[in-house]
Amino acid sequence: MATNGIGTPVKRKEDLRFITGSGRYTDDIHVPNQAYACFVRSPHAHATIGAIDTSAAAAMPGVLGIFTGEDVAADGLGGLICGWMVKSKDGSPMKAGPHPILAHGKARYVGDHVAVVVAETFEQARDAAEAITVDYGVLPAAVDVAKAHDSGVDIHADIPNNLVYDWEIGDKAATDAAFAQAAHVTRVDLVNNRLVPNPMEPRAAIGHYEFGTDSFTLYTTSQNPHVARLVISAFVGIAPEHKLTVVAPDVGGGFGSKIFIYAEECVALWASRKLRRPVKWTSDRTEAFLSDAHGRDHVSVAEMAMDQNGNFLALRVNTKANMGAYLSTFASCIPTYLYATLLAGQYKTPAIYCDVQAYYTNTAPVDAYRGAGRPEATYLIETLVEECGKEMGLDPAEIRRRNFIPKDAFPYQTPVALQYDTGDYEPCLDKALELADYAGFPARRSQSEAKGKLRGIGFSAYIEACGIAPSAVIGSLGAGVGLWESAKVRFSHTGKVQVLTGTHSHGQGHETTFAQVVAEKLGVAYEDVDVIHGDTSKTTVGMGTYGSRSLAVGGEALVKACDKIVAKGKKIAAHLLEAAEQDIVFQDGNFSVAGTDKSKSIGEIVFAALVPHNYPAGLEPGMEETAYYDPANFTYPSGVYICEVEVDPDSGVTEIQSFTAVDDFGNVVNPMIVEGQVHGGLAQGIGQALFENAVYDESGQLLSASYMDYTMPRADDLPSFVVHTTAGTACTHNSLGVKGCGEAGAIGSPPAVMNAIADAIGTRVSMPATPEKVWRALQKTNLAKAAE
Amino acid sequence: MTSVTMTVNGKAVTKDIEPRMLLSTFLREELGLTGTHVGCDTSQCGCCVVHADGDSVKACTALAVQFDGASVTTIEGLAQNGTLHPMQEAFRDNHGLQCGFCTTGMIMSSVDLVKKAKEQGITIDEHYVREGLEGNICRCTGYHNIVKAVLAGAQSM
Repeated sequence: MATNGIGTPVKRKEDLRFITGSGRYTDDIHVPNQAYACFVRSPHAHATIGAIDTSAAAAMPGVLGIFTGEDVAADGLGGLICGWMVKSKDGSPMKAGPHPILAHGKARYVGDHVAVVVAETFEQARDAAEAITVDYGVLPAAVDVAKAHDSGVDIHADIPNNLVYDWEIGDKAATDAAFAQAAHVTRVDLVNNRLVPNPMEPRAAIGHYEFGTDSFTLYTTSQNPHVARLVISAFVGIAPEHKLTVVAPDVGGGFGSKIFIYAEECVALWASRKLRRPVKWTSDRTEAFLSDAHGRDHVSVAEMAMDQNGNFLALRVNTKANMGAYLSTFASCIPTYLYATLLAGQYKTPAIYCDVQAYYTNTAPVDAYRGAGRPEATYLIETLVEECGKEMGLDPAEIRRRNFIPKDAFPYQTPVALQYDTGDYEPCLDKALELADYAGFPARRSQSEAKGKLRGIGFSAYIEACGIAPSAVIGSLGAGVGLWESAKVRFSHTGKVQVLTGTHSHGQGHETTFAQVVAEKLGVAYEDVDVIHGDTSKTTVGMGTYGSRSLAVGGEALVKACDKIVAKGKKIAAHLLEAAEQDIVFQDGNFSVAGTDKSKSIGEIVFAALVPHNYPAGLEPGMEETAYYDPANFTYPSGVYICEVEVDPDSGVTEIQSFTAVDDFGNVVNPMIVEGQVHGGLAQGIGQALFENAVYDESGQLLSASYMDYTMPRADDLPSFVVHTTAGTACTHNSLGVKGCGEAGAIGSPPAVMNAIADAIGTRVSMPATPEKVWRALQKTNLAKAAE
Repeated sequence: MTSVTMTVNGKAVTKDIEPRMLLSTFLREELGLTGTHVGCDTSQCGCCVVHADGDSVKACTALAVQFDGASVTTIEGLAQNGTLHPMQEAFRDNHGLQCGFCTTGMIMSSVDLVKKAKEQGITIDEHYVREGLEGNICRCTGYHNIVKAVLAGAQSM
């Protein structure tokens, strides 16, 4: 086994550049002669765009060009697309309004970009942008998704009631029948609060058109540069795909928000062609709040039908999903295929029915954010299950245990499309109960009470679907792309290895993990493997990183490329060792003739392939193999989280006393990195539960558009976590047996926190559980008690 | 335009700049020291922390001219003679970073935090570190490993 191979907590290769300030993020890149762009953004949520007076701005120092939606239209450019076509219950396709790269005719949310100024310096561009006047005709706005249907506001022409689609999944008749016979029905009404992803690096782009070669390079903060290349070439039409290189260098966090193709990066590229100057745009934080795709924003009603023993009979859910003003790249599949298909959770509920109405509103586009659909599903189920337990008089662990899919039932076909390949849920629950010292909770509660504090404990048993797949299935469900991944393993003369992957690392440590996989599979030194990603001119195709797909899909492609290297190596070894190919055994970096001491190292084989003086006749020289992998199924990580809180009844402040996370991620390549991923996810989930909220007022102004107003979790808001990865159940359909860990924390933690608060204060509040909300809820309870 | 002179990472620099230029812009654009990152416009996130005359400063909301005559250290100047600062090592050893964007400011803040605690005889524990890093936001790590890293770095500083 390789020293730094699979299963070892290897320190990260990428860290040296990050701890010394020599990382290279998009804004750090300077292309000679670059100019700077600044966007004019609508201050109104909904307004017609009349005359745009650019005359004063055009005369200002350094201004090179000013462009509007009229110019985009005149150049015949297409708009941004939504890559997933969802059909309504009645079979009609979803209704997608146009999404121009500069607003044309109408602005549809605060921050919608109406014009762009390009100047010699950023300061000059900004000064000039402020001198542009736009004749807006302010229109009434639709903001709240619960009211979007009847708002009387038409955001896009020919889309009545702002309804994008009315979609359903599951067996309605069987579900209704089960409800009719239920001994008890539990119902919850839930709002899944709207979030702003907030990667620490704001988005940025440099468009660079080179006249001499008629070629284009886009540097951008992207999680999937190849998909950006595809959309910008095939749909927006700025550059042909073979003449366009997209580079996503070091990217300072994405969490989903950098999967999507944004207007600003298209505009930078297009403006570069028009001006024959490289054009750079860097978002400031307020622009990021206004224009990065937001996450969540569901309003739901969920009901569980049970028999007299608390066994689940049927689940019925209705959800209204806010899509914002335009359909972002993957927006349509989040509240459908990535949400409703996860509503079975870890439970053997026989019948499930869910319908989802997606609406346009005059808000920023909403799309995938860490977990994408699964956090929404988990919050709904795990809130409902907790209430089921309470209403049935069952302990929160017991109501879950009673309804878990038993370990001998896998593969398990849920009533909502997915087939879980493997899982074993009770050991996670047992381990979590042990690590959280559930048995000791009553004593801790008494201690808190003695101090005048309210203590509560909350559970969450999540499941998620990672590594979205397979291509044929998602294609039949409306996806516009395949979701395979590519990998290339390339040896040089000296036995050093370059790995080219179509995934993109923006904090997940692929340069380390992927090198560990190659070290293990090929028996080469970990230090001799370099992982290259994020540049379409190097890796020719790829699908990027999101949905915890990188190792489960991209890593498996890499294994297949390694397998091809070994297969070719065996042919060369057979020739050199004068043996039959089928007698060659490859192990720990050596090709040996079975049953003999005759052996060649992989370095010798590679050298022979590149210096083929003594070489099998007819075999191509070189040692470079490419593989693609299209997974047979999603992977299904799961886990049990337990949160313990203490609430100060005088202030309403909630303090997390402990947080225990037990996860089954299947096999683990680098336990240190996996733990780090869980920590980060937990912070984001706890952030959603306690602090974070994107708040629009009724007119569509974003009230939380800076770190002064949007509560990001800080170091002293969070505890140290207790994180445990169980031995787990290996994924059955990739050879690594890996599942994916990037989103688990954000998926599993919100309901655990909210259930703990409900347990502490005896009533439910909505997320985020701010001190004011908790305090008001307690006052209400106290008043009700006093009235009794 | 106005002239500004300062010592940055031990090297004297003089530049003619617009008076409105931010210290972060001066470091990044004029001197090419891009390790100082800009994550917000409100001094909230701390990605831009540098040291000026021995104190940590948020460079994204300070004017460069305010630091005329000052001695500024950025992340690029933290390692000495090719040896990483113990806090840099601690961040690597404890997986105290993921995407790396907040990391440079986080390390600069941590170095100052520990130095001040040692000067003032304050016990450096988890509580102190968490409170002390309130002005630095990380979206990746959940702070768990950052806190571990700072405690470890404090031991070896």
